[in-house]
Amino acid sequence: MEDTLTHKVPFWLDPKKRSIIFQVFVFAMVGLLAYYLVSNTLINLQKQKIATGLSFLNKESSFEIGESLIPYSAASSYGRALLVGALNTLKVAFIGIVFTLILGAVVGIARLSSNWLVSKLASLFIEVMQDIPVLLQLFFWYAIFYETLPSPQQALCPIDGLYLCNRGVAFTVPGAHPAYKYMALTLLVGCGLIYVIRRWAKKRQEKTGQFFPVFRVSIGIIVGFPLITWLAFGAPIDMNVPKLVGFNFVGGMTFSPEFIALLLGLILYTAAFVAEVVRAGIQSVSKGQREAAMSIGLRPPLVLNLVILPQSLRVIIPPLTSQMLNLTKNSSLAVAIGFPDFVSVANTTINQTGQAVEGVALIMAVYLIFSLSTSAFMNWYNKKVTLVER
Amino acid sequence: MEEAILKARAEELKPPVTSVGVIGWARNNLFNGWFNSILTLITLFFLLKTVPPLVQWAFIDSMWHTTGLACRGAPGACWSIIYTNFRFIIFGFYPYAQQWRPLLAMMILVGLLFYSRDRTHWNKYLGYGWPMGLAVMGLLMKGGLFGLTPVESTQWGGLPLTLLLSVFGLTAAYPLGVILALGRQSKMHGVKWLSVLYIELIRGVPLISLLFMSSIIFPLFLPEGITFNKLLRAQVAIILFTAAYIAEVVRGGLQGMSRGQYEAAESMGLNYYLTMRLVILPQALKIVIPPTVSILISAFKDTSLVVIIALWDLLKTTQSVLSNPEWMGFSREAYLFIAIFYFLGCFSMSNYSRKLERELSREN
Repeated sequence: MEDTLTHKVPFWLDPKKRSIIFQVFVFAMVGLLAYYLVSNTLINLQKQKIATGLSFLNKESSFEIGESLIPYSAASSYGRALLVGALNTLKVAFIGIVFTLILGAVVGIARLSSNWLVSKLASLFIEVMQDIPVLLQLFFWYAIFYETLPSPQQALCPIDGLYLCNRGVAFTVPGAHPAYKYMALTLLVGCGLIYVIRRWAKKRQEKTGQFFPVFRVSIGIIVGFPLITWLAFGAPIDMNVPKLVGFNFVGGMTFSPEFIALLLGLILYTAAFVAEVVRAGIQSVSKGQREAAMSIGLRPPLVLNLVILPQSLRVIIPPLTSQMLNLTKNSSLAVAIGFPDFVSVANTTINQTGQAVEGVALIMAVYLIFSLSTSAFMNWYNKKVTLVER
Repeated sequence: MEEAILKARAEELKPPVTSVGVIGWARNNLFNGWFNSILTLITLFFLLKTVPPLVQWAFIDSMWHTTGLACRGAPGACWSIIYTNFRFIIFGFYPYAQQWRPLLAMMILVGLLFYSRDRTHWNKYLGYGWPMGLAVMGLLMKGGLFGLTPVESTQWGGLPLTLLLSVFGLTAAYPLGVILALGRQSKMHGVKWLSVLYIELIRGVPLISLLFMSSIIFPLFLPEGITFNKLLRAQVAIILFTAAYIAEVVRGGLQGMSRGQYEAAESMGLNYYLTMRLVILPQALKIVIPPTVSILISAFKDTSLVVIIALWDLLKTTQSVLSNPEWMGFSREAYLFIAIFYFLGCFSMSNYSRKLERELSREN
């Protein structure tokens, strides 16, 4: 009986068969389009005598890059130039994200302040920064640097050891000393220790209900460990102060105007969005939660730690992730003001070698890797903070 | 008894002066608690340090109708750069005598947007009005018919170009985005997989890489002899980019639909197309109007990126004025001026989106 029924249904009315036919059709169309484009590209490349492939990465780049985290010269290969660019992008993204989170959190909390003046100023900041394209902001800050600030000879000196001029910002850093290496090492060890203590404290609290002041101990470890190391090395205090030699500053640490302008633009723009995310997150926790927590006798820090934050983080983290990714993607606008980030180096490479397809593909691949790894990490973190509904 | 009450009323006291009026307001909003008081004082000090010099620079010491030379060495802002180059910044290289055409096109656009603000006006006629309006705008810009001199798109520039890229970008990206969102929700694994791949790929890369692709690689994709102009290629890149974001927004709306809606439509005997057209999409798209407006805002801001592939949008015309030796060094004034344009555009849109959100949440 069933057999005769299925036999009666013509294939274009059977949803299963129809969906297979439709999908085959869609794939065929996409495949045809891809084939058409690729074959055209290959023909065109052949006509222009451009060799395909990534072999150009080993050739000598013969262009200089202003800023680099690793040794690089014009004699290095294109591959190394691109690596320099990728590291610069990571540098901007990392520093940018850290400051954006701080500024965004501050502005977001200020926006909810009971102080009328502070709250209005915060919303003014958010509104203005959100509504002006980030590229325009980058141009603006860059223009402020090279037009308004004086030359290195007449550099502004707002605080001792900090110089502002149209060549960038130069500031004092501690001089080279082996102590600093060990301080960093002890800090790392301290972080590991904190992680262990936190797990132990949580376990103990769940078992016995006894509370351990993890936060205060952590602060003590973070400050104390490097401090003890520093003192153990006899407290070295020699400073590396920038000095004006000829037309530029030597010594200390110098940031180029491009870098500062890029960072400033990205931070201010993204912080406005982060502030809105933080505000929405805090407002999402109902007043009753705070009152309930206080009525069972939790002290204010514990109210924040155990009741408010876990609930608001759940709301905050997904949009925060996309803002961090936006900052990373927007850092590609560095090409417009001449900071040597990945896109900018890749662009120079394309112009010199004519390897346009490979260049643009590399740009896309690198940003995809950044985006996918960031979102993978944030998804993992998000899963950790998500409340388990019981 | 009554007298006693009357007497008591007569002696009713007014609230103390410190809790009403300006003083009361300040006590409640600025000086409630020592922390807020300190915060207020610090903020006031900061404002006093920054606002008066800014006002002095922008309005009191500023120059308005001078030449670039006269501005040099002046203590205030040089707004003359705007006054002198206003038409170039707004219209770019569009023929001077024909500049009423882009102006009229922009006025039609603003008029249409303004009329569409009110949701009671959303009907079939407005649905016809928009494509017609867009066609008229295109005709005004391009010319060639009804005795209008043709103007090549390479001469288009300034504000009309910025508006054109964002408005046409969004209108074309919208249907594509809806199709992608439906594809992502589809039960057909192949289609779903393709849509996910496209959406995630596009959302993972910066717009600038797509613009590079449009300006450098796109010509390679086509057989020899067939070329598109740069503007159209950039427009295609913006459309492909915006579509992926719209797809995600629409997906949110589709996921917000309850299963009952699908089941009800199915039980009425509607097929997939009719279910979507008559039941699901009208509701899902309505929910996502506010986030769609946010996409429009970011598309509007993102058009400024075409400056990097050397299209003459508002930012590029401004920069070209700044590269003129007479006006070199007045970037702050010029950038502030166009920032006002972008701000007004985005601010009115985001205000509108907030208003819509309130209206929609009240209705549901």
